Amino acid sequence: MSPLLQIDNLETILHTGATPVRAVDGITLQILQGETFALLGESGCGKSMTALSIMRLLPEAGEIVAGSIKIGGEDLLLLPEAAMRNVRGKRISMIFQEPMLSLNPVMTVAEQIGEVLQRHFNLRGAAQQQRVLELLNQVGIPDAERRMTEYPFQFSGGMKQRVMIAMALAGEPELLIADEPTTALDVTIQAQVLELMRGLQKRSNMAILLITHDLGVVAEMAQRVAVMYAGEIVETATREDFFRSPAHPYSRKLFAALPGRAKRRQGLGLEMISGNVPPLSQEFVGCRFADRCDHAWDLCRTTAPGWSMVVTGHQVRCHLFNPDCSFGSKRWDLPESVRPELVEGLGFTVRVVRQAHHERANEQSGFNQDAGSMIHSSSNSVKAAEIAPQGISAAQSAAFNSELLRVTDLKVYFPIHKGLMKRVIGYVKAVDGVSLTIARGKTLALVGESGCGKTTVGKSILQLITPTAGSVRYDGLELVGLERKQLREKRAEFQIIFQDPYSSLNPRMRIIDIIEEGMNALNVRGKAGRAEHQPSLPAGKEVDALLQRVGLPPETKWRYPHEFSGGQRQRIAIARALAVNPRLLICDEPTSALDVSVQAQILNLLKELQASLGLAYLFITHNISVVEYFADEVAVMYLGRIVEWGSVDEVLGNPKHPYTQALLSAVPVIELNPKREVIRLHGDLPSPANPPAGCHFHPRCPHAMPVCHETYPGTSSFSSTHTARCYLYPQQQNSSTLQPEGAETIA
Amino acid sequence: MSMLFKPVILWTDALIYLLVMVVLAFVWYVRRNEHMLAPWRRVGHSASGMAALTVLVFFIAIGLLDTVHFRPAVENSGNSEKVYSVEVLSLLDVIAEPLRTRVEKTYSAPFAAHLYARETIELPDGGQIREFPRLQFGGAHLQNPAAQLAADVTWRAAAGAGLGVLVWCVLVVLLSALLARRDNERFLPTLSAIRRGATEIPWNAVLVTLVLILSLLGAALALSTHYHIFGTDKVGQDVFYQSLKSIRTGLVIGTLTTLMMLPFALLLGIMAGYFRGWVDDVIQYIYTTLSSIPGVLLIAAAVLMMQVYMETHPELFDTIAARADLRLLFLCIILGVTSWTGLCRLLRGETLKLREMEYIQAAHAFGVSHWRIISRHILPNVMHIVLIATVMDFSGLVLAEAVLSYVGVGVDPSMISFGTMINAARLEMAREPMVWWALLSAFSFMFTLVLSANLFADAVQDAFDPRVRTWPLKAGKLQRTGRGEDPETKPVAAAVKDSSSP
Repeated sequence: MSPLLQIDNLETILHTGATPVRAVDGITLQILQGETFALLGESGCGKSMTALSIMRLLPEAGEIVAGSIKIGGEDLLLLPEAAMRNVRGKRISMIFQEPMLSLNPVMTVAEQIGEVLQRHFNLRGAAQQQRVLELLNQVGIPDAERRMTEYPFQFSGGMKQRVMIAMALAGEPELLIADEPTTALDVTIQAQVLELMRGLQKRSNMAILLITHDLGVVAEMAQRVAVMYAGEIVETATREDFFRSPAHPYSRKLFAALPGRAKRRQGLGLEMISGNVPPLSQEFVGCRFADRCDHAWDLCRTTAPGWSMVVTGHQVRCHLFNPDCSFGSKRWDLPESVRPELVEGLGFTVRVVRQAHHERANEQSGFNQDAGSMIHSSSNSVKAAEIAPQGISAAQSAAFNSELLRVTDLKVYFPIHKGLMKRVIGYVKAVDGVSLTIARGKTLALVGESGCGKTTVGKSILQLITPTAGSVRYDGLELVGLERKQLREKRAEFQIIFQDPYSSLNPRMRIIDIIEEGMNALNVRGKAGRAEHQPSLPAGKEVDALLQRVGLPPETKWRYPHEFSGGQRQRIAIARALAVNPRLLICDEPTSALDVSVQAQILNLLKELQASLGLAYLFITHNISVVEYFADEVAVMYLGRIVEWGSVDEVLGNPKHPYTQALLSAVPVIELNPKREVIRLHGDLPSPANPPAGCHFHPRCPHAMPVCHETYPGTSSFSSTHTARCYLYPQQQNSSTLQPEGAETIA
Repeated sequence: MSMLFKPVILWTDALIYLLVMVVLAFVWYVRRNEHMLAPWRRVGHSASGMAALTVLVFFIAIGLLDTVHFRPAVENSGNSEKVYSVEVLSLLDVIAEPLRTRVEKTYSAPFAAHLYARETIELPDGGQIREFPRLQFGGAHLQNPAAQLAADVTWRAAAGAGLGVLVWCVLVVLLSALLARRDNERFLPTLSAIRRGATEIPWNAVLVTLVLILSLLGAALALSTHYHIFGTDKVGQDVFYQSLKSIRTGLVIGTLTTLMMLPFALLLGIMAGYFRGWVDDVIQYIYTTLSSIPGVLLIAAAVLMMQVYMETHPELFDTIAARADLRLLFLCIILGVTSWTGLCRLLRGETLKLREMEYIQAAHAFGVSHWRIISRHILPNVMHIVLIATVMDFSGLVLAEAVLSYVGVGVDPSMISFGTMINAARLEMAREPMVWWALLSAFSFMFTLVLSANLFADAVQDAFDPRVRTWPLKAGKLQRTGRGEDPETKPVAAAVKDSSSP
């Protein structure tokens, strides 16, 4: 069977600066009719440039210098631009990462889809409208007839991506290129979109080139996988082979860098890939991965490896697999050495989810065991912290089990103004009565979809946003309503790390100025790095010590932020927060802007800091696997309220609230036999300006009952630490606050 | 004892001296701080920027020479007490003495030996003829202008240009020797490095600009002793001299107005964006109101009021120059007060964006005071906007001065400026034969000044914006590694790689 798309030795160069950047350096791949082919890799590997080369939509500086791209035997690189316009949208369509940016805001949805139809099928008038309606129904837009005349801003993110897919499908393409189609979406929406793409592919038998960095998405969608690294493909395999036994050291590292509960229970740090993707503007001599590879030997640095066959259909570019290589003794015996660690590590998520749905009751005892072992390991970490060289004083460790932060009934409302006089006509209830506690040295994860108010909770705890009502008690001191000056005295105790390391460092300040800013403002000089009982460091040395603590060489303090990569910037942001000796760190999605391997570096660092400095974390995230690896307790948030609360094993292993269940089931799972049942949630997160009456979740809930429409449910307790707010479970009398009575007991 | 002159410090002189001192102090401060020096080094690496700076240096030098004012002593035989002239002169006036004093009757074209208008001349025999009379000074040394003029002009121009090139050669030798001594190199390799453009600062671009300027300047100086190289105006004054005098007026209007405007724009714009709420409302109301009043009306009203005040209080000014100068200063203030709204609006918008940036939130989390957040985080991040707006305004202000002079509310009529020159030339553009040289010379001086200011500001902006400089500089680094210079530019990634495992 001849392939639909055949790329041979494609080379694309970007002319930026004096040295050309080899964004795509000789890649060869085939995609068959009706197949999903995943291109996997970290940012900066050339995935998107490959896609743009296929469409011939490269930026001005880009140039294809060699190779051929054949679709159905026709070489696209030889076509004139006019003929290429018949290919784009007709034979090959593309959907982009950011649905908010890829639709024209001043055209209605129907007009935008109609453009494609008119261009490729010369459909006009009523026939065009009919087809647009069909397409929108096909991608599952409810009430399509009314919504087709609306503008993009009236659609939510997930709906916009559906519109993008409808537009891509309008030309009935043979190949759909999906460039990170779900990266900007929440997991529940991601599950909807992925399922839609699978269904459409089955019906129309088109091929999909899926570009992603998410192993979970690959496992759910792909039939074949290619791993890209530094401009070239280093491994191709079928999905089964790839997930059973990834061959290339880079692929194996990617798997090992994934956080998850299994790794936490083993007490292991995450595998890290040291360093970064090398800049593509250089000439490569040996293997591109050699500098970051644990198995590299001399040959790797001098000779670029060719393709070696692992099994039929599974090829890898690595000397370890070259049978002719004189270092054959180094060759791994794959099935034995790879499988145990990987399967145990990766299969775990699968088990959790399945248990959640099918074997909940039977497995209960097993989970208690899990919890027991976790307690054991955490008490170990307490000991480790005590004996750590810069450890915690006896007094502190005595107070270790008490609560550090107690938030009660926190409310943050943003007024909506309207009219000439800016009359307040309503409130966006971003946070609507949240209560939580964090114990010293513990991690509470706040989980939820975007727009549910997680970040607002974090900022209002720090009093960066003034809460409308409620109380925030830090170590017994009420923070709400404190004067700016009084508050400033406590500022050193709690700090924040932001999501985007590119906007959280002032580009015009040197690293030393950035780190010293907090120290100067709060007058904490000489105490950096918990060195209270040590002779204070001479001035200027604190910054060195802090940089070393976060794994950066001290010389870097004279540089500006733009000279660092994302992971390094995040380390600097952590050093800045540590500079004032906080006891509570609010981490607002600290790894979501980073690649998997860099995420592992940061998580390991945070974990190590927790062990040695006794920090407490409020970890705000939407990434369930990070929560599994990192958190002690989990609070699940939906539309400004916490719907479920408990220890990490209770909530993730035995979710009670229908929303938690749906959220967990929607997380893509690395699993070979996709038999799990995804609980599909209908629709999107409602607007917090106008939340549904009764339980906020009832419009999307599969178990909704009449009572759910009327009043918000009270608290139901399942154990001393595990609570949820849902009418499915017996309600407690005292249901005003969702406060686990014994939040400290697991500590 | 008495002196031959009495120094005079006019208001704008004082402000210019202040500006020069601030700039010098800033230079001294920057030189001591390596991290502040680094972006200026990058300015030094830009060829167009350095060429523009070379041109600017000449303009600024002329402007500064024209700023040192004094009143010369007048010969007074009968009295032992020195009497000083009421005329205020500047160093430039002294240097350009011949240009200033050799006044013809009326218009004459560039390099002409005759007036531009016929006059009735009485012949010795009593008859009258109408012809173009010879100029009193321009080409006066020629016996037969029709035959000799072209050759004489060419020869003098060539000689002057040759002298300029000679001076340039001396400068090149001096520069090479200096660089060679600094780098412990021999002379010739340094010279060839300059020629190839392999030096850190693009000296070749500077030197090319310099040879152009010096040869033009040499030719102009050589010719201007015997000709009016840009012609003369209605009252016979040399247009070249007027153009030189206009430079100071232009620089004063361009720089002092910006100085007047910046405090308003910076303070109010950043405050509005940073504090939001009622502060924002008040500031917005102020600038919306101000910008909806026609600027020319406001300026005209203010200038006329001041004019009336000056005329009713002549005792306040001991010279005409002092009066003209105060009027210039007042014009700068008025222009500054009315022109801050545009920049203020830009800064408010940018601050609104910046205050939501996470690094500002982080600073709030550290309890950093509002004043420090504004001065350390917001101000440096809006400086590129200020710089661009300032330079854009510079040319705009020079033009505004011309427009206001046309309406009659600009600088004092006794003060020479590009505006008054253009205004005077405007009247003559309609006549036949056309008088074109005054406009052309004002235009070309203004154009060169504004263009070089723009180019230099471009280079400064590129060097100071860290986001812009990543790409081209990285590329530049890779190219230059062969020469093994600049150890600081080693990518951080390499340095960090080994230590990235905690």
